Amino acid sequence: MHIVVCIKQVPDSAQIRVHPVTNTIMRQGVPTIINPYDLFALEEALRLRDRLGGTVTVVTMGPPTAEDSLRKALTYGADRAVLLTDRFFAGSDTLATSYALAAAIRRIGETFGPADLVFAGKQTIDGDTAQVGPGIAKRLGLLQLTYVSKLGAVDPDGRSIEVERRAEGGTQVLATRLPCLVTMLEGSNEMRRGTMADALRAAREPIVVWSAKDAGIEDIGKCGLRGSPTVVKRVFAPTARSEKAALIEVRPAARDTADALIDALFTRLPKLEAELIAAQTA
Amino acid sequence: MTEAKPQAAAAAPSRAGMKKELPEHFKAYRHVWVFVEVERGQVHPVSFELMGEGRKLADRLGVELAGVVLGPPGEATQAAVAECFAYGADLAYRVEDPLLADYRNEPFSKALTDLVNTYKPEILLLGATTLGRDLAGSVATTLLTGLTADCTELAVDQDGSLAATRPTFGGSLLCTIYTLNFRPQMATVRPRVMAMPERRERPIGRVVTHPLGLVEDDIVTKILSFLPDRDAGTSNLAYADVVVAGGMGLGAAENFQLVRALARTIGAEFGCSRPVVQKGWMPSDRQIGQTGKTIRPKLYIAAGISGAIQHRVGVEGADLIVAINTDRNAPIFDFAHVGLVADAIRLLPALTDAFARRLSPHNRDKLAG
Ligand SMILES: Cc1cc2nc3c(=O)[nH]c(=O)nc-3n(C[C@H](O)[C@H](O)[C@H](O)COP(=O)(O)OP(=O)(O)OC[C@H]3O[C@@H](n4cnc5c(N)ncnc54)[C@H](O)[C@@H]3O)c2cc1C
Ligand SMILES: Nc1ncnc2c1ncn2[C@@H]1O[C@H](COP(=O)(O)O)[C@@H](O)[C@H]1O
Repeated sequence: MHIVVCIKQVPDSAQIRVHPVTNTIMRQGVPTIINPYDLFALEEALRLRDRLGGTVTVVTMGPPTAEDSLRKALTYGADRAVLLTDRFFAGSDTLATSYALAAAIRRIGETFGPADLVFAGKQTIDGDTAQVGPGIAKRLGLLQLTYVSKLGAVDPDGRSIEVERRAEGGTQVLATRLPCLVTMLEGSNEMRRGTMADALRAAREPIVVWSAKDAGIEDIGKCGLRGSPTVVKRVFAPTARSEKAALIEVRPAARDTADALIDALFTRLPKLEAELIAAQTA
Repeated sequence: MTEAKPQAAAAAPSRAGMKKELPEHFKAYRHVWVFVEVERGQVHPVSFELMGEGRKLADRLGVELAGVVLGPPGEATQAAVAECFAYGADLAYRVEDPLLADYRNEPFSKALTDLVNTYKPEILLLGATTLGRDLAGSVATTLLTGLTADCTELAVDQDGSLAATRPTFGGSLLCTIYTLNFRPQMATVRPRVMAMPERRERPIGRVVTHPLGLVEDDIVTKILSFLPDRDAGTSNLAYADVVVAGGMGLGAAENFQLVRALARTIGAEFGCSRPVVQKGWMPSDRQIGQTGKTIRPKLYIAAGISGAIQHRVGVEGADLIVAINTDRNAPIFDFAHVGLVADAIRLLPALTDAFARRLSPHNRDKLAG
């Protein structure tokens, strides 16, 4: 069984810096982590490998410093790490990102054996679109299972997989064929503590580093800003309400203030008091 | 290596520049579409919210608004088509096929992609639900067009482009995204972000039907069963009239009892900010904001919440926002209607008492009599 897991290195803090000219996010100087949602995908992949045998390859597209996240993934027990890095990728939106990652996954298959399963996180905490997973699936012609809360039977020989998928108002139990792409829901498992042996191996293990060309990408025009149909035109701070609320300083033990406040609320929402009372008697 | 060939009749050019001129073959793309999500016979309310928004965009552009209904033959699909018109659509596109009875990516993305390639809309809106996001991601990739997720504001700018605004990484910024050189311009919007438009009984108008063109054997993924949520409806946060929420300012898990107590007293739902969920102080279905629930209550009481943009966009639809915060410079006071500079740990119990007295049987009778 060969499982590929897409992980993204994301900034750890809510500190925001936006490039004044290109309006893209500047990541320098902010501490980074593996996108938390991707850890559920990675853990699920590791469990599957432990159960069925095989290897787990983690892949990321990012700057050379994304190597840190790949090494972290190796400490958890991933077998191999591929870093897709090239200045042509700068400014990629989800369509360009899925193009590059799909190419890399195809090349991973050619180099290390075809992938039976590709995992992605539900979404990233910086891009936050949940689009890259479906994008990769479509480009690779893989069946797509998103919002998976639980993996059921996986049969590498019979080429089948069963999953529970979160849907609106319930859970779908789905069966499909391998290879496919799965995006894992948060909370579906808990990331293991890596072993000492994996930590030692992670420090030494060579990372496979590929440029766009190495990954077999011929058309650079499909990458980065040029390959991105969406354009961020404006980044701005939200405006304050035009009539900014007067601030009421409330002293401790403010029973009177509470009463006065409730009077004020019910004056502004005249029907609310009757509705609340009606709801209580109902 | 070649890229998977787009099925789109109108394949996108291989290079996207920042140039403004729309390629000639995209000029035929006109009209605004809303994907109408039908789940087990029910239209998801987000589809009507989008219909309201789509109506405004269509009027601004001087084009038609269409609802897209994919479903099995039968009453539910018919009813969903009728609802499109009741919420303001000029026409509806309908694909009726037994294979569309339950959501699966393959038949739904084929149906929607075929419709787009045949009838060419300039704007396509979907709800950012598990279904909408699954579908939108595939369809946008097949069409090789832009998709902006989880928008909080949609507008048409001077040159007729869709300006899709969403919060961006970090705690305080919004960004406006355009799909300049590709069509359709696709966007998803989360439930409750847009106001529910008024429903008006209108006759069913023009309906365009289109075949699915698949048989069950073409579809690889099978649905083995559907397990409805047992606790469906217990947390009615998104649709509650009154919501009380707590943030990191409450300092400790046990202080969330104060939030629950006030909520119980006034018959409200309770919620929280994201770090509270991350701390494990509240379950994740109570999170309010960009990555949690969007709410539109009549009254929202936020205690110890700073008011970061990801929280703000989830609550801005509230009629009246009351914020309790010790820091008079907290960003939440920029959008609250009533700002209380106070220690929430002391003020919440005082408020609970005051509400309890006010809503007591004695007062109830006074109000009734
Ligand atoms: C991609 C992304 C998505 C996100 N999605 C969400 C989301 O869906 N929902 C969400 O809420 N956040 C979300 N966030 C996080 C958001 O940016 C903020 O970090 C978060 O909302 C802050 O939560 P808070 O206000 O509870 O905590 P803090 O920012 O720590 O604020 C605590 C506040 O409490 C006040 N305070 C302290 N003591 C008291 C007291 N005794 N009484 C009263 N007030 C007191 C402080 O003055 C402060 O204003 C997201 C962030 C990112 C990057
Ligand atoms: N640059 C990237 N490198 C590797 N995987 C990525 C990258 N961007 C997104 N992904 C994967 O796609 C998922 C969804 O990302 P997003 O569409 O940004 O919310 C993430 O959880 C990752 O698994």
